[in-house]
Amino acid sequence: MDSQESIAGTLFLHFAMLSMMAIGGGVISLAPDMQRFVVDAHHWLSNENFVAAFTIAQVSPGPNFLFATLVGLQAAGWLGALAATVAIVIPPAILTVVVLRASTRRSGNRYGRMLKAALAPLSVGMILATAWSLARVADSSWGAAVLTAATVVILLTRKINPLWLIAAGALIGMTGWI
Amino acid sequence: MPRSVLPPELPASAAPLRPSQLFMLFTQTSLLGFGGVLPWAYRFLVERRKVLSKLEFAELLAFAQIMPGPTICNLAVIVGHRNAGLIGGLMSLAGMVTAPLVIVITLGIAYRHYGNLAAVQQALSGMSAVAAGLVASMSLKMARDLPRQWKNALFAGLLFAGVGLMRWPLLAVIGVLMPVALIAFGRKAE
Repeated sequence: MDSQESIAGTLFLHFAMLSMMAIGGGVISLAPDMQRFVVDAHHWLSNENFVAAFTIAQVSPGPNFLFATLVGLQAAGWLGALAATVAIVIPPAILTVVVLRASTRRSGNRYGRMLKAALAPLSVGMILATAWSLARVADSSWGAAVLTAATVVILLTRKINPLWLIAAGALIGMTGWI
Repeated sequence: MPRSVLPPELPASAAPLRPSQLFMLFTQTSLLGFGGVLPWAYRFLVERRKVLSKLEFAELLAFAQIMPGPTICNLAVIVGHRNAGLIGGLMSLAGMVTAPLVIVITLGIAYRHYGNLAAVQQALSGMSAVAAGLVASMSLKMARDLPRQWKNALFAGLLFAGVGLMRWPLLAVIGVLMPVALIAFGRKAE
């Protein structure tokens, strides 16, 4: 059994590396790899706990990346939560400041545009993979799969605050249909 | 003529915000944002508080998106840095993270204690199914907005197959696909 300190340290290194890979798609696109790392590779938490962390972070206010904090919390307590949060936030923030200070007088438009064109399909693929890996765990029954599909259809066809749908999901869940 | 990526200076009309003001501004912004802060950040920073113009918001957001990491945190760092330098960036980031962090950890601890209750598990499984749909619809909308080129379909598909279906490590998949994508998309830019 790993100690909390060593789990937190390993988490920190892996999440920091991942965060530097989260370009364009945001940190939720890292969910599949975090799941692979903490659930499949290290067995620090179960698939269900991972998805619960994701869902809880979705319904609480603030940046989406906070699910990583909850993954850290479940894997290694307070230290894990701290390690995960700092790893996700600080390295990119440092890079942003460095680039800001370096780039104010330089032309970066063409490279910026090229980088964006190359990143766009990759980030779509990353988010699609996130949806897939969440659905694989969350849709353990036909009812849940129907609920996921209905959510997609509703969100693609009308403008509605997703929080209402999540609240509806909670109610439908509590009736025991899924 | 060299053009900078960002408008480096603030418009002359706006007085720069102090670090403590930035902390409060981003604390408020972050607490508004249920299910993602970005759409709320636009409403709050541009429309209500008028800290940024529409155009500035679009430009800074594009830059925040190219930078790795959480886009909304990068945006906070950029806005803070423009207003009050290094300390401004730090305080904006702290504002964006601190209050939501406390809330989410409280919820996480509650889940540890009550996560075994049947009602909580059932509610969570319903919410998780919806959350999966939320992310799926987001990816489909992003896919819809991509230019219809075989390159886009190919790279999105390969990344999805590698990370989603094969469950290969993201770092390895990106490490292979990124250089190829840069070459494929770079040639056209010449």
